[in-house]
Amino acid sequence: MPEKPDQIAIDVRHVTKVFGFGPDKVHALKDVSVAIRENEFFTLLGPSGCGKTTLLRLIAGFDFPTDGEILLHGQDIAPLPPYKRPVNTVFQSYALFPHLTVAQNIAFGLEMLGRPRAEIDARVSQMLTLVRMEELRNRSTAQISGGQQQRVALARALAPQPKVLLLDEPLSALDFKLRKEMQIELKRLQHETGITFIFVTHDQEEALTMSDRIAVMSAGNILQVGSPKDIYDRPAVRFVADFIGETNFLEAAMVSSTKDRASVRLGSGAVIDASVPKGFSPSGKVTVVIRPEHARLADDGGELSGRLANIVYFGTDTHFHVDLDGGGSFIVRQQNTRDESRRAQEGDKVSIVVGTGAAQVLRD
Amino acid sequence: MASRFDIRRQTGFPTVALFCFFLLYLPLSVVVIFAFNSGTSIAVWEGFSFRWFVQAWSNQQVVDASIRSVQIASVAAVIATVAATMAALATTRTRPYRGLTFKYAFINQPLMVPEIVTAVALLIFFSRIKIATGYSGLGYLMIAHAAFCIPFAYLPIRARLESMDTALETAAADLYATPWQAFRRVTLPLLWPGIIAGLMLAFVISLDDVVITEFVKSAGQDTLPTYMLGQLRRVVTPEINAISTAFLGISVAIVTVFFLISRKKT
Amino acid sequence: MASAAETARKAERDDIRKRWLLSAPALLIIFFAAAGPLGIVIVYSFLEPGSYGDVRWSFSTDAWVSVVLQRDIFDETLSIADAHVAIFWRSVTLSLATTVFAFIFGFPTAYFIATRPERTRALWLFLITIPFWTNLLIRTFAIQEVIRNEGLFNIVLLKLGLISTPIQIIYTDTAIMIGMIYVYLPLMVLPLYASMEKLDFRLVEAGYDLYATRFQVLRRIILPMVKPGIVAGSILVFIPSLGAYVTPRILGGGRNLMLGNLIELQFGQGRNWPLGASLSITLLIIVLAALLIYIRYAGTGARNHG
Repeated sequence: MPEKPDQIAIDVRHVTKVFGFGPDKVHALKDVSVAIRENEFFTLLGPSGCGKTTLLRLIAGFDFPTDGEILLHGQDIAPLPPYKRPVNTVFQSYALFPHLTVAQNIAFGLEMLGRPRAEIDARVSQMLTLVRMEELRNRSTAQISGGQQQRVALARALAPQPKVLLLDEPLSALDFKLRKEMQIELKRLQHETGITFIFVTHDQEEALTMSDRIAVMSAGNILQVGSPKDIYDRPAVRFVADFIGETNFLEAAMVSSTKDRASVRLGSGAVIDASVPKGFSPSGKVTVVIRPEHARLADDGGELSGRLANIVYFGTDTHFHVDLDGGGSFIVRQQNTRDESRRAQEGDKVSIVVGTGAAQVLRD
Repeated sequence: MASRFDIRRQTGFPTVALFCFFLLYLPLSVVVIFAFNSGTSIAVWEGFSFRWFVQAWSNQQVVDASIRSVQIASVAAVIATVAATMAALATTRTRPYRGLTFKYAFINQPLMVPEIVTAVALLIFFSRIKIATGYSGLGYLMIAHAAFCIPFAYLPIRARLESMDTALETAAADLYATPWQAFRRVTLPLLWPGIIAGLMLAFVISLDDVVITEFVKSAGQDTLPTYMLGQLRRVVTPEINAISTAFLGISVAIVTVFFLISRKKT
Repeated sequence: MASAAETARKAERDDIRKRWLLSAPALLIIFFAAAGPLGIVIVYSFLEPGSYGDVRWSFSTDAWVSVVLQRDIFDETLSIADAHVAIFWRSVTLSLATTVFAFIFGFPTAYFIATRPERTRALWLFLITIPFWTNLLIRTFAIQEVIRNEGLFNIVLLKLGLISTPIQIIYTDTAIMIGMIYVYLPLMVLPLYASMEKLDFRLVEAGYDLYATRFQVLRRIILPMVKPGIVAGSILVFIPSLGAYVTPRILGGGRNLMLGNLIELQFGQGRNWPLGASLSITLLIIVLAALLIYIRYAGTGARNHG
């Protein structure tokens, strides 16, 4: 992976946003801080109502923070109205102007900036080529498909060459196949334009496949920021572990710990190695998570044992639901092969082998 | 052949409905048909003729009243539409704020108060002003009409604004349009159909008014409806039918255009 | 430098101030030429009548007393003003009857329109809208042409030999009622249609599935669901009927007065402006009471259905 310039494009500092007054007060964002690097594909991921869209709207200038600062390349932009910020947005509904053609939509921002006509025309053509929409330039936006509208919305937001492009769940209205195509298209566009993308989604898979870094949000807080691999393999808190992918939660007791590693004793008595979130020194009882695909079934010799309660076939893989001997349950996911020589049956006694480095201690 | 069971059918309803439509249009048809009667009777058909239209058109009082009606309706409709457009912009697509409910109630106030009460109120109020200022022109009728036209003009404009995606103006602001540019380049072009519809509604409502005009008008300020009201007290000739038919034609034309505009989606 | 919080507060304040400025013209026009003068009417209702119209500026409750009572000119005793009470009674009963008949005719009509196929529905709706936008005066004149003694109705009956002398309808209470039903029927149909258009016919299907007859479906499923439309339509017919002026004036022939005509008389021949003012306020109060009842009903209706 090429080294990215570590300059900060957007620096969100202690931003709080409160909607409403008195008893109707809603804290949409609670003292949120995050730094987004230049030329980065950054994703805000979380369930609806977690504050991700609010944060995006604050960066765009559609709302103003109740408290805190938002810096764009070191300059506080929080008090600026949206039309004075070199930041553009791709809206969830696309918000294409229905009374304008495709080309007029794309030209809109440049016209408002008062660019010369020749420059606007050249730029519009360039944008149409970029999103592969040359033939449809004079169409009305009502006459083009959802996927095409999406491309026009992208071209329109990219045309004024913003410092940062904000994308508010732009793919949610597309069907599955088109969404996959657009995910690749978006990565290509980001690569070609070199613009910082801030992408909002509630779709964990979308976030994992597209992002350079992800911020997971819940209830107005950012819980964890990291690369997709960090977020998936090393969830720091229960919400992140639970929200992204499927996972097993186990109660455990601390045995010993160093800076980022620890030994923990599981309910079965087995002691395993686990990684620890940065800056956290656990003690006493902790929760450990293990992804289903990071464990495998064995006849014996595993760290955990139990009885196979349920087998669920998924095509590519199979989920084995195990009732653990000491109470609780555990899911093991195994890739399916055509080798059917040996298969466990429901009701069998099984042992579970936890892979090396599979366990992670949670902060909460 | 077994008939399918239609869950929407209710016995007798279509008969009553068609009878209603028949009753609604029968009297109007009588008026229109006898406008073309060549005789003086408004009951016995004596042959086809345009004589009553010609006679109405050469009646100076009718012509004056018609011109006055159009003058008042034009001015009142424009004032009402401009005011209603501004008010609609001020009362839609906003979080509730203090005074919003008051504004709704106040704008719709002319719809809630019986016309005769408003007419009496204006008679008293304007007669005082007439004495105080000495002015007794058409201005009183115009402002009075504008006031009761505002809620009618407001209706389609507000409906149009509320069905408009707020993200469009947000997008304009995002694309460097100042609030005024966003209004000029995005909101206004999209709002036009609503404004035209409001203007036409206001025009028709003003043109049709009898009660308030009857009370507010000074001597010699008859509009077409108040002129007709005066005539209906006397012996009626088919001239009234002719005037009514022409009036009806204009209203139907305006309403048809209104109907087509408000059905257009974008 | 202004903090973000200050900016947010300022933006909110600016927005609200801008909204007040924008609504100012509409509010001022309505205040000047509709709402404000109502205050003067209230003032006038507490003054003494002038000799030739207008008022004398001295406080008096006579006008209010005269709304339903009359003072004997010889011994100053008060008794019920029969003429006024009769007019109040006529206004209320005729308005109620108009509302009921408009509902009886309007409900099947609205249902008929709402159950037409998508393509023809707009046309039927258009046909109901045309009379609604036609000048009230023309419509009243049209109904007069049908029901007067030499009108279409009597001519047809005479020609058919069903009657030997014309039936006197015009200049009776019946004529006023027929006229009001005719002119206000669209006001019943339109809100009824609006609520029926949203009717979910799967519920009707469910009703039939659960053994309901057509009439039971109508009474137990359709009627409750369109109740908001019924209430709105009734209020839209009842209120203008109560304040009707043109229709009773033309069809009532000057003898069968309604409230609107009684009020006008006080500013014409009677020249008792304070009485006219107090009668106007009385009418306004009745109408506002009806509106309040409507708002309460509409409110509970909305709660029940959503």
